[in-house]
Amino acid sequence: MDFYTFLWMTFAVFVTLATFSFLYKDNPFYKFAEHLVVGVSAGYFVIILWHNALVPNLFQKLADGDWYFIWLNSSQPWYIIPAILGVLMWTRFSKDYGWVSRWPMALYIGISTGIAIPLEMANRVNKQLYAMMADIDWSHFFGTNGFDLLDVNSGLSQVIIFVGAAAALIYFFFSKEHTGLFGKIATVGIWTLMIGFGASFGFTVMARISLFINRVQDVGDWSEAAWDSTNSNYGAGFQIVFWLMVAIVIGYIINELRQFTKTRSRAS
Amino acid sequence: MKRQLPFVLVFIFGLFMMFQYFVPHEISEWIYEFLLDWIVIIGIFALALGLWSLFRVSVDKIKMRKDNWGYSYITLAGLFVMVAFGFTHRVADAWGLYFIWILLSLLCLGSLMQLRAATNSRQKKMYFASALILLILSTLVAVFDDTWRFYFYTAEGLENSMFRAFFDYILLPILSTMFALLAFFIASAAYRAFRARNVLATLLLLAALLVMIRFNPWIQGDEAWASKASNWLMNVPNLAAQRAIVIGIGLGIVATALKVILGIERGYMGKG
Amino acid sequence: MGIFDKLMKLDRRWVFLLLAVVCVWSYVVPFDIPIRTEPESEAIYSFIDSLPPGDIVFIAIDYDPNNLAELHPMTYAVVEHCWRKELKVIFTALSQNGPGMADQAIRDISDSLLVDKVYNGVEFKGREIIRGKDYCFLGYKPYYALIILGMGQDFRLPFPTDYYGTPLDSVEMMKGVINYDQVACVIDLSGGSITDAWISYGQGRFNFPLALGLTGVMTAQYYPYLGSGQIFGIMGGLLGAAQYEEMADNPGRAKEGMRVQLFAHLVIIFFIVVGNIGYFVTRYRQKKQKEVS
Repeated sequence: MDFYTFLWMTFAVFVTLATFSFLYKDNPFYKFAEHLVVGVSAGYFVIILWHNALVPNLFQKLADGDWYFIWLNSSQPWYIIPAILGVLMWTRFSKDYGWVSRWPMALYIGISTGIAIPLEMANRVNKQLYAMMADIDWSHFFGTNGFDLLDVNSGLSQVIIFVGAAAALIYFFFSKEHTGLFGKIATVGIWTLMIGFGASFGFTVMARISLFINRVQDVGDWSEAAWDSTNSNYGAGFQIVFWLMVAIVIGYIINELRQFTKTRSRAS
Repeated sequence: MKRQLPFVLVFIFGLFMMFQYFVPHEISEWIYEFLLDWIVIIGIFALALGLWSLFRVSVDKIKMRKDNWGYSYITLAGLFVMVAFGFTHRVADAWGLYFIWILLSLLCLGSLMQLRAATNSRQKKMYFASALILLILSTLVAVFDDTWRFYFYTAEGLENSMFRAFFDYILLPILSTMFALLAFFIASAAYRAFRARNVLATLLLLAALLVMIRFNPWIQGDEAWASKASNWLMNVPNLAAQRAIVIGIGLGIVATALKVILGIERGYMGKG
Repeated sequence: MGIFDKLMKLDRRWVFLLLAVVCVWSYVVPFDIPIRTEPESEAIYSFIDSLPPGDIVFIAIDYDPNNLAELHPMTYAVVEHCWRKELKVIFTALSQNGPGMADQAIRDISDSLLVDKVYNGVEFKGREIIRGKDYCFLGYKPYYALIILGMGQDFRLPFPTDYYGTPLDSVEMMKGVINYDQVACVIDLSGGSITDAWISYGQGRFNFPLALGLTGVMTAQYYPYLGSGQIFGIMGGLLGAAQYEEMADNPGRAKEGMRVQLFAHLVIIFFIVVGNIGYFVTRYRQKKQKEVS
């Protein structure tokens, strides 16, 4: 690793800690990081849209035409039409001509909803219903290899899936009051749903902790790089930057503690 | 024209796309491919609207001297620098005056912002002059410095090392840290909110606990009962619950899409 | 005020601090925890492992930095596995910051491939990964659902050029590769609704084998598709990534992270238990007070 990369890593650690400082309270470091990332990500998106979408999908198609003919002499002049429709979108901010933006919008909405209907019906509804109606393996009701209640493929599990899914669907049916037998089935449904939500929650805990672990790993890699003497570019500069960074963090903490004790003594 | 034509367009194109799925004919396939291609191009222009409004908000914040307006300079600088990196690439071994050009352009941008916010004519003149001088200087650097070049039409900018560094060491750590804050909020929520108030909440908590201990080697030992039980939980009751949700969502999407195509749901048109 | 009342009114920043200290401590102290693989992730590993050299795997890197913690390790493990097996890879990135994630992953994994390594007892010689020959990175386009449909017609329809601006027809590995028909499987690594589009608009319409790498938050929601056979495997969250690393014998950040997860989860469970004890004690006292008055 060269020193230049290490400096960049140090900056990454700085903004990481700046963002984490929000956990204590809102502060200028956090605001700096927050505003910086908004700008940088917008700039990044501009460039990606330009190089990855506008240039290959529009400009290069019209490239063999001339602008003073509005590209009508290119080999694919019809690409000027979506471009004009796209520009019409920009009338949205105008009070008088805002309605023009509805045409391209209507095109987009028409196409995307039209596509959605058959595909969503087939893949979310039909295929799940088919799977629900699968044959139950009566010969292996309590497990495919001997008695095993936790066997996923046993007939019993298939029955539970069918009953649970059907009951949960009934729970979602609000056109009839949930009383009597209907209400009892709906209760089974809500129980199933709660188990599902619980499983989701268990996974969510892991997901959220992962995000923090990743940041710890990045900071860990940085501090390792500062002390990595096998690195051919290794030198005193690495440690100077490391300790400078540590000093900034400790300085910030001490400053906060002093202010905290001050306000506390004033309050008492 | 203002209201009727959009509904007709939605209806025609929606219907066409629906039938295209069931009747794959050569002509319909040809139109389908065209529409897929075109609609993306239209969409790109729509996305530009969002970027423009971000720019406007930041500029207005500076002009009106709203709360924390100073930070808007950081936003604008980040935006500008990233765009500049994306359109340039180094051709020589060293960067030459590249960073001086970036700095001059940033100062020029800052002067223009100050010019917009200026209240008296003396300030206006001063900022106008400084913006003009900085613009001339940065143009001169851009013209005469041949260690780097602009690339608008080819994608060299995407491989600019500064463009990559800004993504890897600024965008990536800040965005991921912002989401990492959620780790702490879920810990706080676990402490304050997840109570076994009734049977349903208890059921939820027990399922969650089982999933949470499934990779813990100390609680479950060698038989891995928690791992096995949580695998069953995921593949049987959870699958049943999620299946009902998937079917529900699917029906919801189809119903909403039909309402849109038939012109019953018109919220997307806005007022007027 | 009793101890439980005090506990209930504890400043949440103490909770934050405890979690942070435990995570950092368990990161610093090195030890290994056993990773048990599950059928969901085994299916993906064995599918890729069984492909003959030269086959094409389509990897959709549809996540932003917000989800990189869980999905980046999956990318690293899966792509390294593919390239060591001399499979070719097509990448796309259909989320806003996805191209940067893919670009970074491709650079890092290419570096890692330069070194000789032994995985599961088999020695793999280091080799240089060549753009256009070993992989083709298609890049980003907005409106993922339409792009997924468009690629089913012809990759060249939404992507006339790759991410770096090379026309797709001049990319060596894309010769004769028209659409999903020439691809062995699609692996979607995603942290959002793009996954739904891959299921409904991709697999549903063009019927290719699809596997998912998901963030923990989403994992539970996609089991019905596994049950119905619409997808053939799921890697769920950091544990899923760690399982893949375990099977590929290529320990990385996910396996390292699972050790921290172990303690972090114990802390969370501790919080839930303490919170509930406090809740029941205060409820019991309130009930008693009511009875007295």
